[in-house]
Amino acid sequence: MVESNIVDMQGIEMVFDGIKVLKKASFSLRRGEVHALMGGNGAGKSTLMKILTGVYRKDAGTVSIDGRVVETAGLVEAERAGVAMIFQEFSLVPTLTVAQNIFLTREPRAGRAFLNDAEAVRRARALLAELGVDIDPRTPVERLSVGLCQMVEIAKALSKNARILVMDEPTASLSDSETGALFKLVDRLKLSGISIVYISHRMAEVFAVCDRITVLRDGETVLTDDCANLSMEQLVNAMLGGTTGASMSWRSRDHALGAKPVLEVENLSLDGHFEQVNFSLRPGEIVGLAGLMGSGRTEIAETIFGIRSPTTGQVRVDGKPINNNRDAIEAGVGLVPENRRTQGLVLDHSLRENVMLPNLKRFTRGFLLDDAAGTDTARDFISRLKIKTDSPDKIARMLSGGNQQKIVLAKWLARQPKVLILDEPTMGVDIGAKSDIIEIVRTLATAGAAVLVISSEFEELLAMSDRLLVIQGGRLVKEFDRRDIESEEVLHHAVQG
Amino acid sequence: MPSKVDTDTTVDAGSARPAMVAPRYRLQLNDYVVYIVFAAVLVIFAVTIGDKGFLTVTNLFNITRTTSMIAVMAVAMTFVISAGELDLSVGSTAALAALTSALAMQAGYGVAGGVAAAVLSGLAVGALNGFFVTFVNIPSFLVTLGMLQFVRGLDMRVTYTKPVAVADSAFNGIFGLGSVAGIPSLFLWSLLAAALGHVVLKYTPFGRAVLATGGNRLAARYSGINTARTKFICFLISGGAAALAGMLYSGMMQTARYNFGTGAELAAIAAVILGGTSLFGGKGTIIGTFVGALLIGTINNGLIIMGLDVSEQNMVAGAIIILAVAFGRKPAN
Repeated sequence: MVESNIVDMQGIEMVFDGIKVLKKASFSLRRGEVHALMGGNGAGKSTLMKILTGVYRKDAGTVSIDGRVVETAGLVEAERAGVAMIFQEFSLVPTLTVAQNIFLTREPRAGRAFLNDAEAVRRARALLAELGVDIDPRTPVERLSVGLCQMVEIAKALSKNARILVMDEPTASLSDSETGALFKLVDRLKLSGISIVYISHRMAEVFAVCDRITVLRDGETVLTDDCANLSMEQLVNAMLGGTTGASMSWRSRDHALGAKPVLEVENLSLDGHFEQVNFSLRPGEIVGLAGLMGSGRTEIAETIFGIRSPTTGQVRVDGKPINNNRDAIEAGVGLVPENRRTQGLVLDHSLRENVMLPNLKRFTRGFLLDDAAGTDTARDFISRLKIKTDSPDKIARMLSGGNQQKIVLAKWLARQPKVLILDEPTMGVDIGAKSDIIEIVRTLATAGAAVLVISSEFEELLAMSDRLLVIQGGRLVKEFDRRDIESEEVLHHAVQG
Repeated sequence: MPSKVDTDTTVDAGSARPAMVAPRYRLQLNDYVVYIVFAAVLVIFAVTIGDKGFLTVTNLFNITRTTSMIAVMAVAMTFVISAGELDLSVGSTAALAALTSALAMQAGYGVAGGVAAAVLSGLAVGALNGFFVTFVNIPSFLVTLGMLQFVRGLDMRVTYTKPVAVADSAFNGIFGLGSVAGIPSLFLWSLLAAALGHVVLKYTPFGRAVLATGGNRLAARYSGINTARTKFICFLISGGAAALAGMLYSGMMQTARYNFGTGAELAAIAAVILGGTSLFGGKGTIIGTFVGALLIGTINNGLIIMGLDVSEQNMVAGAIIILAVAFGRKPAN
């Protein structure tokens, strides 16, 4: 048994900042198999694979590759052992050609001093032909689509004699045809003896390309079996486990069902992202927007917020049309964006300055900013949102993810928004901050604001939402009343399509 | 080999690990380095050349006078750099403003006409810079590099490099040779610019918008800041300040020349960075900039008194700038 495993990870433990992210996780990979690694956000999938690829050093457990125990972490060691992680476009140099990228730092030489580009092109062409990928190796990478970049990544890994490929959400930003091409390539690699770890939450895909599935939950391996023996229900159950904390259980909340909608979205379309989206939000209502990554959910949020201009359609708040970001903000719309570090915060500025940022007008007396009032407001939110910081002047970068996210919330709460849109509000946030954030959202809605929540975590969506909209490939396909949903499985099925 | 940082940019909720993110803090020291170095330079010059006239009131005022143009441009440059941009065109714009105002006064439009001509030329260049940076989306380095050369060419073309005399004694008094209560008007202009700049950058919504735009343009946009307008205004300020600097040059020299402010853009940028403003935007201090400008002026003055020739002055001044910035930086890991 052990002999046929090319990778064997046993009893892996990993601690970040005192939190056990992995506890007794195990994973094994057979030669020439495609093995899916699944689990909710924060289950530890990526951490486990970062240990395999040498990014992180494990705190306990053993990793063996080819029957040999591998001790030290390090990308070089992992590469030597034949393990490669497949990124999307990130690790390629956009201005260099495909061939130059594949052989970067290992370029064929002409003599000692000069590079032999012609030889690199020849070898790259042979490699790509072997993979059945039709790209001219002389094309600059910046002209390739995400899907083709991924193929180049794979070619690059194989050129280094990688035998184990780790693919993290490889189809997240691929089109349907690119996904098809990727699956063909995966089959081909498998036949030539390459072993593949396939991290994904798209069940249909996993069943289509994988041989076995391992499920992680809260840092533990809870299931490993052949695809053929598993049903979607079993998988969902394994991922969810059935444990939910107090804040995670849904509470029926009262809001006036007959009230006039505060936000109306009519026939909204944005080319290449979503089409003909219609819905409305009433005051006091929390509506969940469920969909996979890349389904258009973030773009819908940004269009309502006026950061993107729709191709067609109309957004109205209190009956007034929203044509741009300024209209949206003045009408009382707030957005807690998907990425708090790049979109939510000026990281090198203080907590107070960040909270004041969307509210500069309000904090102005005469011509000057009233920083004292800003400090008062920041203090108020520090205590109301339980932000752990020693001062409102603390630089945002120095705070933890959960506290940073609370600052982003405070920015908009300080405006007393009529409509608040939250895009993945608890991503990368610890469980304590997560339940705080859920409570904050509930309080806001109870006070009369309409809330739209986007999340990949169905548990969280079900805990908060009064109503759920399901989006698939840019179209709203279903709408549920929360009362009619008996378990997370219903939502899983709806989203997967 | 793939970059290590990339592995952490893949979105994964469970492993947001702060330790993996390269922090970009600077050592606290950097915030004060300009004051420390300024004090050190003053002490060194006082000891070595104090008896050769460095310490006289006349000389100290002389330093402030010769520094004022750079100081004025550097104050405005602090806004541009804090917003994450750069303006290389200020030196040639100052010369343009000096020439247009001199010509306007020569044509009989008086001091007010001269000032209007200068300010309009400065704002025009600033508006062009702002237009190309914010609307055409060309990096400011390129736009203002081109503008630097274009405007310098224009300066030469206006009078075919002939100097224009500034005969108006009121103008020369206000912008050049006059003084109030014994303090040179040139110094007062730079103090005024610094005081105004300090208040605007630190205590107004516009200043906050500038810092947020330079600190994280995306986050500023997602907070409802009009980042394009903010940058545009920064270039207008820079052009306007260059116009003022141009009038200070011509007021001091009682003439306007096409080559005024040659290399001034680099001195102004050096003053800003020495002062502790981040070259990448998001963090700026006008007081630091002002002291940075004084530091550069003091070094030049001291080196002249020491008897160094221009070539040696350049070498020493350049070296001091590099060392001062290096002194304030955390060593790269």
